[in-house]
Amino acid sequence: MGFANSQNKIIRWVEYRLPVLKWLDAQLIDYPTPKNLNYWWNFGSLAGVMLVVQIVTGIVLAMHYMPHGDYAFDSVEHIMRDVSWGWLLRYLHSNGGSMFFAVVYIHIFRGLYYGSYKAPREILWWFGLIILFLMMMTAFLGYVLPWGQMSFWAATVITSMFSAIPWVGDELVVWLWGGYSVDSPTLTRFYSLHYLFPFLIVGVVFVHLWALHVHGSNSPLGIDIKRPDQDKIPFHPYYTVKDLFGMMVMFFILAVFVFYLPNMLGEVINYEKANPLVTPPHIVPEWYFLPFYAILRAVPDKLGGVIAMGASISIFFVLPWLDVSKVRSAKFRPIYRQFFWIFLGDCIVLGIVGANPPEGTWLLMGRLATAYYFLHLLVIIPLIGKFEKPRPVPEGIGEPVLKDAGAPAKEG
Amino acid sequence: MAESVSSDASTDGAEGETRRDFLYLAAGAMGVAAVAGIAWPLFDQMNPSADVLALASAEIDLSPIELGQRVTAKWRGKPVFIDHRGPEVIEKARDVEVEDLPDPEPDAARVQKPEWLILVGICTHLGCVPFGQKDSDPRGDYGGWFCPCHGSHYDTSGRIRKGPAPRNLEVPEYIFLDDTTIRIG
Ligand code: HEM
Ligand code: FES
Repeated sequence: MGFANSQNKIIRWVEYRLPVLKWLDAQLIDYPTPKNLNYWWNFGSLAGVMLVVQIVTGIVLAMHYMPHGDYAFDSVEHIMRDVSWGWLLRYLHSNGGSMFFAVVYIHIFRGLYYGSYKAPREILWWFGLIILFLMMMTAFLGYVLPWGQMSFWAATVITSMFSAIPWVGDELVVWLWGGYSVDSPTLTRFYSLHYLFPFLIVGVVFVHLWALHVHGSNSPLGIDIKRPDQDKIPFHPYYTVKDLFGMMVMFFILAVFVFYLPNMLGEVINYEKANPLVTPPHIVPEWYFLPFYAILRAVPDKLGGVIAMGASISIFFVLPWLDVSKVRSAKFRPIYRQFFWIFLGDCIVLGIVGANPPEGTWLLMGRLATAYYFLHLLVIIPLIGKFEKPRPVPEGIGEPVLKDAGAPAKEG
Repeated sequence: MAESVSSDASTDGAEGETRRDFLYLAAGAMGVAAVAGIAWPLFDQMNPSADVLALASAEIDLSPIELGQRVTAKWRGKPVFIDHRGPEVIEKARDVEVEDLPDPEPDAARVQKPEWLILVGICTHLGCVPFGQKDSDPRGDYGGWFCPCHGSHYDTSGRIRKGPAPRNLEVPEYIFLDDTTIRIG
């Protein structure tokens, strides 16, 4: 199959010089994929689609936006009121950011459940984490651009974290700001970087996919596939169609937010222009940063809080070695499976705590949930890996399916 | 590298080698200098520009501020808190065991005239502007300022007493030009 075998003269002329269709065939058409992937495997392609949505809407917003302290806020209002379809483009971009994070978080927890970070996919996992990190930077920088009250104070609080670094901290922050507080020079440089970072993400995505295509996708069974002839199917049409279907569902959800709840995930106070003399009584980041914000506030020490927050993501880089179990999928790991759900619950609790003021019960809950977060990753996971007795793992994908059907286990 | 060269051209001898080594080193050093020379402008351009640096000082007239009133001025884009303190408030600020404070500093070291407390109104934790300038604001457990962002409490001398902030509210550099005018910066 594939276009590369076409007899068309022009295609053959090009293919002889630059075999681009042959490459696409190998990566997207014939590309052998485990036949049992469930819907949790849609989220990678969905993330890719969201990256494109953000870049396209971002580039057209940039045609109307003015990255200067005196004009930024008004230019966003100009986009909302005067620019043709400006409201649509902006709502797509701001809600698109949320959609992108939702999709990527699901994608990551899929990896945690099915053990996709284990050998031989450690580097694939690392590049995913690098993408997450770049996304967080991009979203933070973007959130500053509308220059509302929340933009301004988010920029202040986040950049001030660098002042926790001993010795050079204060100079570093002045360097980041280009002044003695967050001001117009800060906004302009953030805009430059907000434009740059998504394209860095595109580059890292290619490395991520390259690593993926070396050993292929993991699967719900988490086994190494020994008989590709019976356990794998070509990517097209099976998964192109499935990914397209997922895309339609995702766009439906995005449309509900864009058209009916465009400001639900945002903060009203960001429609008030930045005022360096007044901090809003309750400052919170966007929902996708809440768990990390809760971890930052749980530690009653400035440097300690910043370190804990950094560690909460960096730890995932060594997860492939913290989890010593050879079995990938939680399907065959009765103990790990339960702790997976507890950990997910813990992250949600952290998110709720992050949205509330750091006082009384909330503060206590934040501290407990933060402690559990690190306990899970640093102690519970290694212990389970050591002592858990996994259930027997099938030899191939065909096996359990055929067993269910009452047919002999061998031969497809 | 040097090995393969000398075996290829054995007649060259030790002298040729040292000359080549020298050229290597010299070229390498020039390369490093060139990279550093262009890296510095690329880095330094992000520091405050000349016009931002030029706005470094501000004069403030204190005469309209009544006893017990707190007023916010602006300096270098930041809020400056001016507190016209009454005798009771001053007494409260002095009446502490200095050694027991998170960032020990006697009140006397933080003011030039005890009735005028001048502070940079930026929480030393992560840079929010603490509450307390208005009478209706929450002022925290020590009657000074309260930062809502992550819950830091400052006392009537602007010293950190409770919460994540590591240091006391900064006292900017200022001088009294006359009895009721100060210049900050
Ligand atoms: C990784 C992909 C991206 C993410 C996650 C992202 C995220 C965001 C977010 C969260 C905002 C604030 C929205 C608001 O509250 O109004 C924003 C604003 C903005 N972004 Fe992006 N962005 C991405 C890519 C881009 C690209 C490639 C451009 C192209 C220049 C761009 C241009 C802008 C502009 C001009 C604004 C200000 C207008 C506005 O606030 O709606 N973005 N971005
Ligand atoms: S910024 Fe004031 S407590 Fe964090």
